[in-house]
Amino acid sequence: MIDLQLLALLLIPLFGSGMLAVFGSRPWAAELNSLMSGCTFVASVVLAMRVIDSGPQVAFNEQFFIDQFNVFLVALTAFVAFTTSLFSRPYMRIEQHHGKLSVSMLHLYYSMYQLFTFTMLVALTTNNMGILWVAMEAATLTTVLLVSLYRTPASLEAAWKYFILCGVGIALALFGTILLYFAAERVLGEGGTALLWTHLNQVKGELEPTVLKLAFIFLLVGYGTKIGLVPLHSWLPDAHAEGPTPVSAVLSGLLLNVALCAVMRSKVLVDGSLGTHFAGNLMMGFGLLSVVVAALFLSRQKDIKRMFAYSSIEHMGLITFAFGMGGPVATFAAMLHMTVHSLTKSAIFFAVGHAVQKAGTQQMENIRGLLQVSPTVGWGLALGTFAILGMPPFGVFASEFLIITTAMHEYPWTTPVLLIALGIAFASIFGKMQPIVFGETTVKPLPHPPALIPVFVHLLLVLMLGLYMPPYLADWYRQAAALLG
Amino acid sequence: MTQVPFTLQFINLLAALLLLIVFAMLAQRRILSLINLFALQGFVLALSTFVVAYTTRQHHLYYSAALTLLLKVLVLPLLLHRLIRRLNVRWDVETLINIPTTMLVGIALVIFAFNLAAPISQLAQGITRGLIGIALASVLLSLLMMLTRRKAISQVVAFLSLENGLFFAATSATQGMPLVVELGIALDVLVATFIFGIFFFQIRETFDSLDISHMEKLKDD
Repeated sequence: MIDLQLLALLLIPLFGSGMLAVFGSRPWAAELNSLMSGCTFVASVVLAMRVIDSGPQVAFNEQFFIDQFNVFLVALTAFVAFTTSLFSRPYMRIEQHHGKLSVSMLHLYYSMYQLFTFTMLVALTTNNMGILWVAMEAATLTTVLLVSLYRTPASLEAAWKYFILCGVGIALALFGTILLYFAAERVLGEGGTALLWTHLNQVKGELEPTVLKLAFIFLLVGYGTKIGLVPLHSWLPDAHAEGPTPVSAVLSGLLLNVALCAVMRSKVLVDGSLGTHFAGNLMMGFGLLSVVVAALFLSRQKDIKRMFAYSSIEHMGLITFAFGMGGPVATFAAMLHMTVHSLTKSAIFFAVGHAVQKAGTQQMENIRGLLQVSPTVGWGLALGTFAILGMPPFGVFASEFLIITTAMHEYPWTTPVLLIALGIAFASIFGKMQPIVFGETTVKPLPHPPALIPVFVHLLLVLMLGLYMPPYLADWYRQAAALLG
Repeated sequence: MTQVPFTLQFINLLAALLLLIVFAMLAQRRILSLINLFALQGFVLALSTFVVAYTTRQHHLYYSAALTLLLKVLVLPLLLHRLIRRLNVRWDVETLINIPTTMLVGIALVIFAFNLAAPISQLAQGITRGLIGIALASVLLSLLMMLTRRKAISQVVAFLSLENGLFFAATSATQGMPLVVELGIALDVLVATFIFGIFFFQIRETFDSLDISHMEKLKDD
């Protein structure tokens, strides 16, 4: 049964990619893309229900492993991928209308979009640390041509940087995986099982600590490049700013989470082997540095998508920091923050995408008074900004509150650093967004109606998570937090 | 009894050759010769994988040796040769600044890699002892090469050479990853090379050159 459900989850996007590779230039390709993403979402919900009912399971000769932690990310990934596909339908039509994209570019986009979803789902569900690496690299490969979709000099530069930096980063992660295998082989013997996470997890106490320590450094630096941790982040703002907005939304909302999931899988093994807080300390260090540096960079940004890319670095840093602290509360908070950040950030990118189309520029000083021309885009952006800045009653407030109170309890010296960084981020983003939303307008109406339902659905969910957490969801997070330790 | 030390020596010789080739690549100015060196590196890699397969009697390593031979000695160099012919950069010579300094930094990196790998080498069994240091050194040297090159093609060759170093680590230190993983990695590398190829044309079309110093416009200020 589980085999079948998993197969559906993985084959739908793969099949969709094949279909769109053939039919991607038809007028209804956008609808087909949404349909496929919708089916993937349904499959993910079915799988999630199943895992919540009957606990962690392995499938396909133990090559895949699903527990509460990754199925939560699977559901989130499929959901945001679905809403982004809904958003991209009118967005890409407007881009085409403005003459920025041709039919053949859209063809590539739709096909790669589904393939990208497929690689992320494989990376999340695989039990094999080697396949995890292969899927992460494949996720880079499928998105790199999307970042350069507009073929402008700036987008080519961004894509090249993304390709080279993530390529090098992921190569280091491969070295970490090899070291992990080297340690595992001595315990589990040669052959197929020595890279399976479930097997490794059983014998993690016997794995050689010196090797695992080095392996984790490589894995963290490697996958950390993809998370966008400072100082390995320099590809991220460029790729987010120069790629099409739907791509920015899925990169920021999903890919970063998937990379973080890979790091967490490694952390569980290293913690078991070392018995110290080594991995946690490293993650806390990188996380804290990312929060601070990103907050400082936020105030200097002029490009609106670039600014929100830095905000993603800041939030991923915060999540990494919380996972690094460990313990049930911090891990719970980190997962909640992952959820609300994905939902809020993708909602913001949707609204930003339409705002940029209206203004014809990404420079913030030229986008003014959105509320006057189109109240929905304006309010979407305003509410999204409030949510991401951690204003109550949105869910981001709840998770940030939990993270900071835990930090106050466990590592008091980090609290002022975090608070000051969050304060700086608040001041810079708020100050810049105010004239964009309110005030005299400069923007023009759009040739097609914008897609704003996804924005408000996301924000509503974030609001709900802030006001009321359904008990089954809280249970789910708690179980997942227990698995991660 | 006499056979084991011989193969061991042979693998050590190949490892040393591998390191030497990376150094040669680091100093090579001609793009054409760089690609040939890369093919040679692939051949040494395939040979060493074959010897490890023969010594440890691991059948799947024969497949990876064959895969390496096919991909890294034939397919990828041919692809690169075709690319430089079509892009008309076959006889291009790069201006590398300060080759002696680069070499000295390279030597420092090798020492660093050996130190880093020392505790792990202690744990390795049998024939593979000490090779992990060489593998790490060639990975770091390839990274250095990526930093010092200004042409897109030589950066890609450096990237592929980095991957070769990793592959050497996989075969020498662990006697080969599971075959499904190796196939996946090989596929990724092949697809990456294709995408790099597409990029070269896009970059050339946009910037009229393959010099990546044109691509340093995106900055925070």
